Amino acid sequence: MTTVPDTRKLAYIAGQASDARVNVEFESDGMVLNLGPQHPATHGTLRVIVKLDGERVTAAEPVMGYMHRGYEKLAEVRTYPQITTLVNRIDWLGSFANEVPFILAAERLMEVEAPPRAQWIRTVLFELSRIANVVLFLGDMGVQLGAVTPVFFAFRDREFVLNQIEAVTGGRFHPNFDRIGGLKDDIPKGWVDETRGVLDRIRTFCDEMEDLVTGNEIFQARTRGIGVIPADVGLSYGLSGANIRASGVDWDLRRDGGVGLVHDRLDWKVWTHPDGDSFSRYWVRLQEVREACIMVDQLLDGMPSGPIMAKVPRIIKVPAGEAYVETENPLGIMGFYVISKGDLVPYRVKIRSASFNNISITPWLLKGVYVPDVVSILASLYFILGDIDR
Amino acid sequence: MIPLSSPDTTLDEPAESAERATDEERESLVATLADVLGDGLVDSEVAPGTDVWVRVTAEAWLDAGMALRDRCGMAYFNFLSAIDWLPSPFGRDMDAQVDLSDDGEAAEPEPMTWGVAGGGTRFQLLARVHDPRAHIGVTLKADLDSHDPRADSWIPAYPGADWHEREAWEMFGITFRGHPNLIHLYLPTQFEGNPLRKDYPLLARRVKPWPGIVDVELMPGDDADDEGDGGSV
Amino acid sequence: MSSALLAVELAYWQQTVIRALVGLVAVLLPAGTLVYLFLFKMMSFMQSRLGPMEAGPYGSMQLLAEVGKFLQKEDLVPRAADRIVFKLAPFVVLISTFLLVLVIPAGPDLWFIDIDTGIFLALAVSSISVIGVLMAGWASASKYSLIGGLRAAGQLVAYELPLVLAVMGVVIQAGTLNMQGIVMAQATGEIFGWGGIGNPFIITQFVGFAIFIVAVQAELTQPPFDMPVAESEIVTGYLTEYSGLRFLLFFIGEFATAGIFAALAATLFLGGWYVPGLDPTSNLFNVIGPAVLMGKMILVAFLIFWFRFTYPRFREDQLQQLAWKVLIPLALANIVVTGVLKVVL
Repeated sequence: MTTVPDTRKLAYIAGQASDARVNVEFESDGMVLNLGPQHPATHGTLRVIVKLDGERVTAAEPVMGYMHRGYEKLAEVRTYPQITTLVNRIDWLGSFANEVPFILAAERLMEVEAPPRAQWIRTVLFELSRIANVVLFLGDMGVQLGAVTPVFFAFRDREFVLNQIEAVTGGRFHPNFDRIGGLKDDIPKGWVDETRGVLDRIRTFCDEMEDLVTGNEIFQARTRGIGVIPADVGLSYGLSGANIRASGVDWDLRRDGGVGLVHDRLDWKVWTHPDGDSFSRYWVRLQEVREACIMVDQLLDGMPSGPIMAKVPRIIKVPAGEAYVETENPLGIMGFYVISKGDLVPYRVKIRSASFNNISITPWLLKGVYVPDVVSILASLYFILGDIDR
Repeated sequence: MIPLSSPDTTLDEPAESAERATDEERESLVATLADVLGDGLVDSEVAPGTDVWVRVTAEAWLDAGMALRDRCGMAYFNFLSAIDWLPSPFGRDMDAQVDLSDDGEAAEPEPMTWGVAGGGTRFQLLARVHDPRAHIGVTLKADLDSHDPRADSWIPAYPGADWHEREAWEMFGITFRGHPNLIHLYLPTQFEGNPLRKDYPLLARRVKPWPGIVDVELMPGDDADDEGDGGSV
Repeated sequence: MSSALLAVELAYWQQTVIRALVGLVAVLLPAGTLVYLFLFKMMSFMQSRLGPMEAGPYGSMQLLAEVGKFLQKEDLVPRAADRIVFKLAPFVVLISTFLLVLVIPAGPDLWFIDIDTGIFLALAVSSISVIGVLMAGWASASKYSLIGGLRAAGQLVAYELPLVLAVMGVVIQAGTLNMQGIVMAQATGEIFGWGGIGNPFIITQFVGFAIFIVAVQAELTQPPFDMPVAESEIVTGYLTEYSGLRFLLFFIGEFATAGIFAALAATLFLGGWYVPGLDPTSNLFNVIGPAVLMGKMILVAFLIFWFRFTYPRFREDQLQQLAWKVLIPLALANIVVTGVLKVVL
C-alpha cells in the first residue's frame, strides 16, 4: 500500500493556507462575499466568490470541486455494466437519463441495437426522469426567490413520478436499470394505467405553477430582463438544454440528433423563447415538462411488444474504437466519449456533463448584477452539483 | 437590454426537423478544414452515418478552432479534454491485479496504440464542436509533445473553453498558452500530480482489487448453469 | 387596566404588577396564536401538508416543544462579535414590541395607558426595533448579517413613512390621535349620513388601509419584503449568528410585532373592540372587548400571512421604488383627499 508522503501532506496544508491568503487579498477593495460551499442557494456545494460594490457584483468566480469524485478515472477500472452505477450519480435528480448516453455509446461500439420495446421503455423512463428532475426545478426557483409554497407542490408531485420509476426499476434515485443491448426488466403489470394518472397530476402541477409563479408580478419583476444570455454567447460557452433554447436557439437533440431513443416517432414540439433571461429559462422548462407528458402519453399508447434484451454476451468485451454519444438530458446535453481498446473496461471515458458548461458562463453573466439576482440567475441556470463536479 | 416579449411568444416556426447530417457534409467539412489548414491537418476519418474525426497538428490547434467557428458554422462549443495513450503501467485490465510497480519493478511496457484518426505521441487533445443549425458535430484531435504537452488556448475562439482547459491542465498537465487563469479547477490548490494520466495510480484500486469479473449478473432469460465462462454467482 | 373596573382601590405597585403581567400575556398570546394558527397550520395546509401533528393533539403543543428546544440550545457568540451589543440586540427589538402594545385599548375601560398622542407614540416606538436589528447585524461580525442589517435599516426607514402617512388619513377623519378616541369615532361616526354600522375607517380609508398593510408587511420583514432575512440569499441576514434563547427572542419579537400591528390595524380601520349595533359605552365591552379585538386581529393577521406564504420577494431596489414612487405619493394623495372632504362635509 502506498502511503501519502509527508511532502504531499505539507503541500496540501500550504495549499489551504494559500487559499486563505487569496481571500484576504481579494478584500483589499470592495467586499468579498463567499457564497457557499454551504449555502442554501447553491443546492449542493458550489462556492461562488463574489466581489461586491455595495450590493452590486463586480466579479464572480465559481469554485467547485467540493464534490469531485473522479468518475473519469474510476470508469477506467470498471467494467461497462458497472459504470452505469457511477454515472447514475452524476445528475442525481434525473438519474436514469444519465445511463442512457453511456449505454448508447457502448452499444454503438459493440454494434448492437436494443429491441424496439426496450427503446420505447427507455424513452419513457428517460422522459419520466426529465419530469422528476425539472418539476423540482420549477418549485425550487420559487424558493430561491423567496416563495416557499411552490417547492412543496413540486416535492409532492415529483413523488408520484418517482413511484412510477421505482415500480419499474426498483430504485427511486439510482435505478441502474439500463443494460447494453436493452433493459434489465420489462415494466410491471398495470403500470401503464397508473402512469397516465401520474401524468394528469403533473399537468395539474404545471397549471398550478403557471398560476402561482409565472403569473406573479413580483416573480416577473425579479426575473424578466435579468441574466440575459445572447444566443451567440450561450453557444460559445456551450450552454445546452433549456438554457440555450431560452436564448432562441432551436436545437434539441431529441429531435435533431437522436440515436437509440424513439423521440423522432412522436408528435411534439421544441419550445424556445427569444428573451434569454431568467424568466424565459423558467418558462421554457415549464413547457418542456408539459411536452414530456405529451411524449410519455404517446409512448404508452404505441408501445410495441417483443423482447427487451438483444443478444449480447454474458461477459461484455467492447471492441476497440471510439464513440461519442450525446442525449438531451433534463439539464442539457450529456455526452460520453468512450474509448475502448477491446477490454472489459473502457480505456478512457470523457463525461461531458451539461451543468459544467452551463455554469461556466457565470463569471461572464454575474458581472454587474445585484446579490439577489446572483441567486435567481444561478437558480434559473439550474445546475446539479454532481453534474458539475462529476 | 433586449426588449422583452410576452410569455406566449416563441420564435417563428422553426424549419421542420432538420435533416440528419450526411456523410457528404462530413466529407466537405474535412475538405474545408484541409483547405484552410493545409499541412496542419494530419488525418481524418468519417464513420459512416455517425461521426467525423479530424486530427491536426498542435501548431494548428487554435487555427483549426477559428476555422471551425468562422468557416464551418461550428458556433457551439461542446467540450475539450485530452487522452493519455500511455499503456497503464499497472496493467490495463480488470484481472490484472498485480501492481508491479509496488515491487519496485515497472511493468513490461506495451506498445502504444492509438484510436480513431491515429496518433503519434502520448498526449492527444480532444475537443468537440457542433453546428447547432446544420446539426453536424466534429471531434478534433491534436498530438502534443509527450514530455512537455503544450497547446494554444482556445479561449479566443470559444470562451467556454476556459474551464475545460483548466480541467485538462490539472488532470493531464497540459499547458495552454494564452490562458489567463490556469489554476486548479477541482483539486486543491497545491495538489501534485495529474490524476487522469495513466501513470497516476488509483490508490483505492491498488489497495483492494475490484472483484469485478466474478460478479457478472445473469441476463434475463439466462440460466445460471447454461454456460461456464467465468460467471459463478 | 383601569383600576376603576375593580371594586377595590389598588396601590400603585399593585397596578403596575398587574399591568406588567397583562402586558406579557398581551404580547405572548397573540404571538403564540399566530405562530400556531398561521405559521404551523395555515401555511402547511396551503402547501398541501399537515404541519406538526405529533406534539399534543393535532400538534397543539408544538409551540411549547419549540420553545423548549430553543431554550436548551447553546447560546453561541461568534468570536469576532461585539459581545455586549450582540447580546443586547434581541432585547432592544423586544422592547419595541412591548412598548407598542401599550397604546392599544381592548375595551372602553381596558387600556394600559390612555394618552392623547396614542397612535403617535405607537409609530414612534415601532422604529426602535430598527436599532436592535442594526445592532444585531453589525455586532455579529458576519458579512451576511451586515448586509441583512443594512437592508433592514434601509427598508424600515423607507416604509416608516408610508406607514405614518397612511395613518394620517384616519387621524384626520377621527380628529384625534388618541386610540380610544379613534375607536369611539368609528363607533359613533356615520358614512355620509348613514350610521347603521358606525364608520369603520376601512370603508372610507380603504386606500389608507391597503398602504398600511403593505407597509406593515415591510416593517415586519415578511415576504414579499423579507430581503433583510432572505434565507436563500443572505442566509437569514441579521439572524445568521444567533442561536438558542436569543434567536427565540427575535422570533417572538417578530411574531408578537406582527400580532400587535394587526391589532393596531384592527383598531385603526376595523373599529377595534367595538361591535356595530351595541352601545359603545356599555360595560359589556369591558368583557367581550378583548375577544372582539383578538378576532379582528386574527382577521388582519390572516391577510398578512397569506401574502407571506404566497409571494416571492422583491429585490432591494424594487422595494425602495415601490415605497418612494408608489406608496408615498398615494398616501399623500389620500391625505389631501381626506382633508378636503373633511373640510367640505
